[in-house]
Amino acid sequence: MQIYSNAKIVDPEKGKVFTGNIAVSEGLIVEVSRNRIESSDNSVVIDCGSHFLAPGIVDFGVKIGEPGERHKESFRTAGLAAAMGGVTSMITRPDTSPSIDNPETLEFFTKRAHSATEIRIYPMATLTKQRLGEQMTEISLLLDAGAVGFTDCDSFIVNSKVMAHCLEYCSQNKALVIGHPQDPWLSGGASATSGKFATLKGLEGVSPIAERMGLERDLSLVELTGAGYHADQVTTRAGLDVLEESIGKGHNVSAGISVHHLTLNDLDVGEYRTFFKIKPPLRSEEDRCHVIEGLKRGVITIVCSMHTPQDEESKRKPFDEAASGAVGLQTLLPAILRLYHSGELDLPLIFKTLSYNPAQRFGLNAGKMSKGCQADFVLFDPNYPFILDRATLASKSKNTPFDGQTLQGRVLKTIVGGKIVFSQD
Amino acid sequence: MNLNRQSVKQSTELGGKTQINIFFENSTRTQASFELAGKRLGADVMNLGVNTSSVGKGETLIDTALTLNAMKPDILVIRHPSSGAANLLADKVHCSVINAGDGTHEHPTQALLDALTIKRRRKTLAGLKIAICGDIKHSRVARSNILLLGKMGNLVRLVGPRTLMPSQIHELGVEIYHDLEDGLRGVDVVMMLRLQHERMTGSLIPSVREYYKTYGLNFEKLQAAKKDAIVMHPGPMNRGIEIDGNLADDINRSVIQNQVEFGVATRMAVMCLLCQDT
Repeated sequence: MQIYSNAKIVDPEKGKVFTGNIAVSEGLIVEVSRNRIESSDNSVVIDCGSHFLAPGIVDFGVKIGEPGERHKESFRTAGLAAAMGGVTSMITRPDTSPSIDNPETLEFFTKRAHSATEIRIYPMATLTKQRLGEQMTEISLLLDAGAVGFTDCDSFIVNSKVMAHCLEYCSQNKALVIGHPQDPWLSGGASATSGKFATLKGLEGVSPIAERMGLERDLSLVELTGAGYHADQVTTRAGLDVLEESIGKGHNVSAGISVHHLTLNDLDVGEYRTFFKIKPPLRSEEDRCHVIEGLKRGVITIVCSMHTPQDEESKRKPFDEAASGAVGLQTLLPAILRLYHSGELDLPLIFKTLSYNPAQRFGLNAGKMSKGCQADFVLFDPNYPFILDRATLASKSKNTPFDGQTLQGRVLKTIVGGKIVFSQD
Repeated sequence: MNLNRQSVKQSTELGGKTQINIFFENSTRTQASFELAGKRLGADVMNLGVNTSSVGKGETLIDTALTLNAMKPDILVIRHPSSGAANLLADKVHCSVINAGDGTHEHPTQALLDALTIKRRRKTLAGLKIAICGDIKHSRVARSNILLLGKMGNLVRLVGPRTLMPSQIHELGVEIYHDLEDGLRGVDVVMMLRLQHERMTGSLIPSVREYYKTYGLNFEKLQAAKKDAIVMHPGPMNRGIEIDGNLADDINRSVIQNQVEFGVATRMAVMCLLCQDT
């Protein structure tokens, strides 16, 4: 047995922080108590030194370069970055090369994952073959092989009939469909959000309405089919409005957002800094404030890093030619803590969106500080200040927009199934 | 300017300096203008076209920049189809970089030469009403001119179809018109822009003839402007699309040839300034 003593326990489920102790046995939480837990001879006591102990982060939408782009990220490096960032579970994207669209590839993927990292991997598979939006994948077989969700990632399924069929079939199989709601025509060719900044910089912009249109299409089909649907990122007020309406009607709908959209805005691109080029593009400050409100109201429920490693070469280009995406496993926690330090979010809510909600949505036994839950924790100091040097990131790719910025908060220990996979000292 | 009008158009101002022109987009006028400007100042000028360089072999812009940088030029002149390319280049090299047009972002020397032309012809560069007409959305010339002419205290109007106006452009302190004659009413300067066929994606205008009917400048529509209003165009012109051919050639109204002439002088001045302390 292990005993985590003297911890400020962040319980997102009950929405509170209290000083207490947690006992772990065989990888599961066996007791959570405000009082001292009696230790037996063979139990190990881990003194948390009055630091915060929260459920390990369940990061949705992590892109691992395997198979196909191992030069950008491997399971080993992603796992290392996750451990250092307090991420204990990664829900991975299937937009690999080749994409994960059949059980055999998924099995290979899972096998590689287990041999290379101790961080838990929950893979998603594609909704259609090769993400072409034409032929549905073998949903049931993929579920058997361990897929936790189905998504074509940033490739929007244009054919509404195909999407409707996918949703119907997934609904029957109780499989969750994840959409990337962007009208593909309106957003085509854009590298920024339309507005004064994009106009001044001569960048092709896309209106936030493209997000609403994509969402409206998908949510209409959800209404038609009754499927479970999660929008990977809702980043604008326009999108938030239709999402809220659909939730209000009682549909099985949820949405997430990347920490980048919560903490940065379109002006941060500055002089064409390509590390700030992400999908969808960074939004206006007004939209950023709206989505934070949406998070507080519980309309947006999941915050993720949308970890997207890109090699140096693909970012060393003019802005419109450069690849999109940012790494985030290691910066997710300190980045969202900006909203804690600014007084906008409290710690239980932060871990509700980072751990509890994604675990619930994807049916994982994680994200809780209660008996029977997997003992996945992050022990952290939210106040520790540092200046991020991207060279120090464990990811193979170093494309972070937070390079050179002051962040606050660092992970002291990361625990997966009762095993310490990272320790600061 | 005087130097350019002599029979021997040569000075030694930039003697021993090296100027490299890298043009990733085809350009006759701007490239020739920069080349002449450099040569008349005595600099060694080299032109790199995109077709002849290793860019065609997959070299990135940054590597091209670093390669050229190692050859120790004093001035790099760059034109590139991507917005921000000049910024990117300037970050990586040690010499002066002149933006000769980057994507739909800016074309600073064009705005400077336009300003010089206006100043020469209108005797002032403040308090004027200036209409910039046509494809604003894709125009780096428009963006640079909005900034420069606005800063000098002129009233800038933009005239064009809504499909060719960038979003939130009104926040730049300009007036927006969608009717050409309304937009031209009482202006001192009419600046026509080229309809950029190569940047047209989607259904931005129905047809060229409809565009000429609504936004093409001719003598009749020009009557809305002040009697002595001048007509400008950054070139190359599409005669019969955005401007009537005869109007473009009328030296009483059109200052298009002046613009070209002053372009060389402007670029000479810019390069002299940049090389002053090196």
